[in-house]
Formats: sequence, structure tokens, C-alpha cells
Amino acid sequence: MSAIPFVYNIESVRARWTSAIVAVLGIAGTVAVFVAMLAMARGFEATLVTAGSPENAIVRRAGATSEMDSIVPLSQLRPIEDAPGVARAGSVPLVSAEVVVVGALPLKATGTDANVQIRGVSPRALDVRRHVRVVEGRFFKAGLPEIVVGQNAVRTYAGLDFGSRIPFGGLTWEVVGVLDSGGSAFDSEVWADADVLNQAYQRPPGIFQSATARLVSKEALAEFKRTLESDPRLTVQAESEVEYYAKVSRMITNLILGLGTLVALVMGVGAVFGALNTMYSAVAERSREVATLRAVGFGVGAVVLSFVAEALLISFLGGLLGCVAVLPINGLTTGTMNWQTFSHLAFAFRVTPALLAWGVAFALAMGLVGGVPPAIRAARLPVAAALRDL
Amino acid sequence: MKFLPLVLANLGRKKIRTALTLGSFAVALFLFGLLVAIRGAFNQGIDVAGKDRLMIINRTSLIQPLPLPYRDRILRIPGVTAVTFASWFGGVYQDEKNFFPQFAVDSETYRNVYPEFAIPADQWAAFLEDRMGCVAGASLVQRFGWKIGDRIPIRSPFFGGVWEFNLRAIYKGQRAQDDLTQFWFQRKYFEEKGPPYMKGLVGWYVLRISNPDDAVRVTKAIDQEFANSAYETRTQTEAAMAASFVKQMGNIEFLILCIGSVVFFTLLLVTGNTMAIAVRERTAELAVLKAVGYSDRFVLGIVLAESLTLSVVGGALGLGLAKAFTAGGDPTGGMLPVFYLPPASLAAGFALALAVGVASGVIPAFSAMRLRVVDALRRV
Repeated sequence: MSAIPFVYNIESVRARWTSAIVAVLGIAGTVAVFVAMLAMARGFEATLVTAGSPENAIVRRAGATSEMDSIVPLSQLRPIEDAPGVARAGSVPLVSAEVVVVGALPLKATGTDANVQIRGVSPRALDVRRHVRVVEGRFFKAGLPEIVVGQNAVRTYAGLDFGSRIPFGGLTWEVVGVLDSGGSAFDSEVWADADVLNQAYQRPPGIFQSATARLVSKEALAEFKRTLESDPRLTVQAESEVEYYAKVSRMITNLILGLGTLVALVMGVGAVFGALNTMYSAVAERSREVATLRAVGFGVGAVVLSFVAEALLISFLGGLLGCVAVLPINGLTTGTMNWQTFSHLAFAFRVTPALLAWGVAFALAMGLVGGVPPAIRAARLPVAAALRDL
Repeated sequence: MKFLPLVLANLGRKKIRTALTLGSFAVALFLFGLLVAIRGAFNQGIDVAGKDRLMIINRTSLIQPLPLPYRDRILRIPGVTAVTFASWFGGVYQDEKNFFPQFAVDSETYRNVYPEFAIPADQWAAFLEDRMGCVAGASLVQRFGWKIGDRIPIRSPFFGGVWEFNLRAIYKGQRAQDDLTQFWFQRKYFEEKGPPYMKGLVGWYVLRISNPDDAVRVTKAIDQEFANSAYETRTQTEAAMAASFVKQMGNIEFLILCIGSVVFFTLLLVTGNTMAIAVRERTAELAVLKAVGYSDRFVLGIVLAESLTLSVVGGALGLGLAKAFTAGGDPTGGMLPVFYLPPASLAAGFALALAVGVASGVIPAFSAMRLRVVDALRRV
């Protein structure tokens, strides 16, 4: 038994291009929405996860869900700095004790206030976080009301331009530098000296929310963690910074993925209906052709295969079109509120090759579901009856 | 109406095709309902905002507290009729996934400001008497299967330890959009058990004013009253505050509009295509109808009636499914506390379905009307 040549299907799609276009567009729309949702979730996750470095460990109070509700007092900082595995610059341990607060600043786009995350860090913070660089101006000086601003924050909020002065929390701050952290969450933050920020926000002095330590290597984490968590003087937990940020992004990522999948699935059902309709009409209109094919000796299997191939061709075209349509959103920056930190975060859609492959796979799956039943019907057409119509 | 059997018979001719087209309609309208509910869930705060309610937060940010003695100074400002205050607790019940908001409220004044929450008088009295009492919204109670009298342990990452509360009252809303997932407990208990640095401080104030048109003046008066103090204030109407939250979430409207237009455009194509095929297949019959004396208008009407029937039945099916789905409440488990489909949107969806029905039937119907009997019959 030989297969029916694929050219037959290409010609057939061309001959019935109006109804083929309907199916192609239906599938393209579904794939575009599906990929866009995944790209959004992926972009959000990546923004937070790239904020962490694999060599860094973040220390928070045991049981705290995020930095916002954690407390690390000054008295607990020394044992953290002395723990094994902490990298040193000369004799100075590379640990940044940090506070995180939220400030209300107007968004450039809408003029309404949004919450910007303000991080009080140690003056050594740039040695701890090596992927953060000052791209304009300089880092703040210890003890002064100066801030350095992430480059997304400069673009998102009014009044954070380099060199400007901005009042918040009872002090007037000068923007002395702009930070680039390679698109991570720090790009949406404002950094200041932790001690000055504590004063400005009328918080008790010597109370931090977390301590980020640079370790000598990734492998040093286990030892570092064990030492801190078994120290009776301390009530802290330590984890890899990457892991911490993955956890903080999970809530929003899951929401986007959940709603996105729901919408894409419902759209997928609609698209399958469209594909089924197209293929059933194709079968109905071509009952003579099919009967002829059978009469000249092509088997049932060959006919089924041929119709499924045609459905797959249509859905593949739809998948490709959907992927092409969604490509321009790659890198597009948007912002959302991260409920876990109460602050606004800018992130970019990330359309990766893997996501596009998923999109095409989704399209082919829709094609298969929409193509098999009509193909079986085509193969079952009684040859004699169909030919009598001639 | 007497031609309805003809329309139905035509639809019954290709059962699978009719079913699939109906299905496409149903899916599109189901999605419409879903998107409306999602949009509503994000905008919920704006929908429930009282016109006569203002919120006061710390100028620096909403996580900074305000001093308790401000209450009397706020009450003295002309136009203010009632003031209450609350604090964010941020506790965790069993697991972080079980998110719901918990407020330490001033039980004496809270309900003067939020009259829309209905609580049976005996339950409220029991709550007032119990220092460790708490009030929970009806959907929260349903979600965790609580009963009046249950002891509810909540772990506090901010203040440490596990706090225990006795469920004394359940509140219900008066409108579908009211948030029934809140958890209130007594401010007295919070002051006693909370850390010393929180004493005499509150999270935010909510107040009612006698005249909503007066909001701008009262807002300014309050912020001026506390200007240049250690705790400067930002006063906003409740709606403005909710809107600023929604704006921070990003452009949900735009996203939903995009998906919606893609879906409806596709639907238009699918039905348009189906109707076109149907008319093409029946050219001869339509010509016979004309030949025996039915008018052009009649032929136009009969084709349009067919696509309209599809849209009405399919649309009703989809909207019915959407209504049933949203009646189950929040599908995400706590992230979208208010998830429902308002009747006005049902009507809008139905109108949209009819519009698509007409739009998709119009071109085939006109080509059927313009059929020249001689040409059409020659093909038989």
C-alpha cells in the first residue's frame, strides 16, 4: 500500500483557501495568546530569579515568608559575618545587611502613585552583588542621604532622574547614580544606605530585615546554612539567593500561568471546533475525490493519513503564524505589582525558542484533534455510493 | 415565525456542522464571560468603593503606620462624620498558599464606616464580648469549612508566634461584588499581644464624610492638618486608592481587550464560513423558492434567520456555562477574592452574539438574495 502524495494536500488546501484561512487564523490566535501568556510568566520569573547570584546566600529570620516580614538585629549580624564560607575582601566579610521599605512615587505613565521598593544596603553591596554595576554617576556615600536608582525605576517613576533631588520619608535625597543589574528585579529598586534609611523611616536603629552574604563558592552554602541554623544565639534561616527569588516570584507566576492556561485551553476548544468544521466540509465536498482515490487502489490507512496530514498542515501554518504574530512582544517591558513584596516591578516578556516550540506543539495537537474524526469519516465513505454521485 | 420549522430543518441537515458552529459560539461567549469576571476581579476594589469614604495612609508609603491620637484631630475637621482605623496583620493560616487579608479593627467604630457588611446582631454581640474573637467573611468560612465557635490559629511572620482566634461572627455582603474573604479581629488583642513598638500606632484610617462632593476639600484639610509632622498623611477617596492598586497591576484591560478581539474575529470567520458553505450547497433550493414566487427579501430573511438562530442558541449556551462556572467562585484559590459575572455583562454578551450572528450571515444572505433564478437553476 502506498501513501497519497503530500502535494495532493497542499493543492487541496490551496483550492479551499477560504475555509483553510479560517482554521489557520483560529489556531494562530490561540497559539499567540498561549505563547504570550507563557512569555509573560517566564519574563516575570526570570526578572526575579536573575536578581539572585548562585554564590550568594540570603539570611532571614526563621519562619519569615519574605524580606518584608523578617528581622535580623545587629547582634545577630556578627555571627553571620564570622560563619564559614563567607567571602572576604581583605579582612572585611562580604555581607550586606539590608532593610526593605516601600515608597510611594508617581508613575510616569499614569501620574498615579505606585510603590517602589527601596532597599537600604551596606556600602559594600556592590562587592556582594557582582552583577550590579553603576552605569552613571557613582555609588552612594555611607551616612549621606543619597540614593542610586535602578535603570527601570528611572524610566518608570517621575523624579528619579540622575542628579535630581527627591523628598521621601522625611529627608531629601539626591540621586547620585544609576544601576544596571542586567534586567533583574534590582533594576526596579532604589538603593540607599541602610542606616540612613532606617532613620528616615523612623525604624529602630540596628534592626535589619535580611543579610546577604557572598560565599567563597556555591558549595559553601551547605556548611554556611548548617552553622547558622544550629547556632543557639541565632533565630535565622539561610538559603540560596536564587532559590529565595524563585519563591518570591511563584505567586504571580502561578496566577499568570493559571489564568493564561485557562484562557488558552478554552480558546483551543474553539479553534478545534473551527478546524473540525473546516475538515468536515472538506471531506463532504470531496466525497467523490476520496471515492476515486479508493477506487484506484489507495487503502483506508492512506486516506486517513492523507486527511490527518492535511489537518496538521493547516494547524502547522496556524502555529507558525501565531508565533510570528507574537514575536514582537519579546523584550517588551511591562510592569506589575508583586503582592509578595507590595511593590511595583518592571519586567520584559521573554519569548524563548522553547516557548515557540510549545506553541507549535499546541497547534499540532489542535490539528490532530480536529483532523482525526473527519479523516476517519472520509475513509469510511462507501466507494460505490460516493461514485454514483458522478 | 411560521417558517421556523424550515430554518430548523435546514440547520438539522448537517448536524455535525451545526453542532460545531454552535460550539464555537458557546466557547467564544464562555470566554467572554470568563474575561469579564477576571476583569471584575481586578477592579473589584473600585466597584465597592463608597463614594463618601476616604482613606488616610502615611504619606511615605502604606506600610508606614500613623499615630492613634490623629483620630480625634480628624474627627474635628468639618464634614467628617465617622472615623475608624485598622492595621494589617499579614498572618498565615496553615500554609502560605491560603492567603486572605486579616485586619485588626476598632470594633466600636468599624461598622459605622462599613455599613454594607451584614452581621446578625447576636453574633456581633458575641464578638464584642470576646477579646480573642474574630469575624470572617462568608466565602472565607465556606472555603475552610469553619463554624461559629471554632478556634482558628494564625501564624504571624511579622510579630512572631501563633495567634489564636475564636470565630464569633460571619459577615455577608449586600452586593455580589462585596469582598467576603476578610478576617477581622479586635484591636485590643493586637495591642496586648503585639510588639511594644506597635502600640499607639495604626495602619490606616477610614472615614466617612457627610457630602461626597466635599471630598476634595476634606482631603486637603486633613493633609494640611498633619503637614510637617513626623507622620505626614496622604488622603484619598477609596476609589482613587483602589484604582492606584489596579494601575500597578499593569494593563489588564488592554490584555483582555486584545484576547477578546482575537476570539470574536475568529468566531466571525468561522460562522461566516459555515453560512457561506451552507448557502453554496443550497443554491438550487433557494432558486426554487424564488422560482415559485417567494420574494428576494424572504430569501435574505431565511438565511439571516439561520445564522441568528445559531448565534442565539450558541450564545445562550456559552453564557449559561460561564454563569455556572463563575458561580463556583474564585478558581485560583484566594488570589481573586471576588469572582462573578454581573447580569449587565450577560446582556452585553448576548448582544455581542447577536451582532456576530447578523454580521456573519449578511454576506451569504445578500448573495442568496441576488441569485438569478435562471443561472442558479441551470446548475441543477
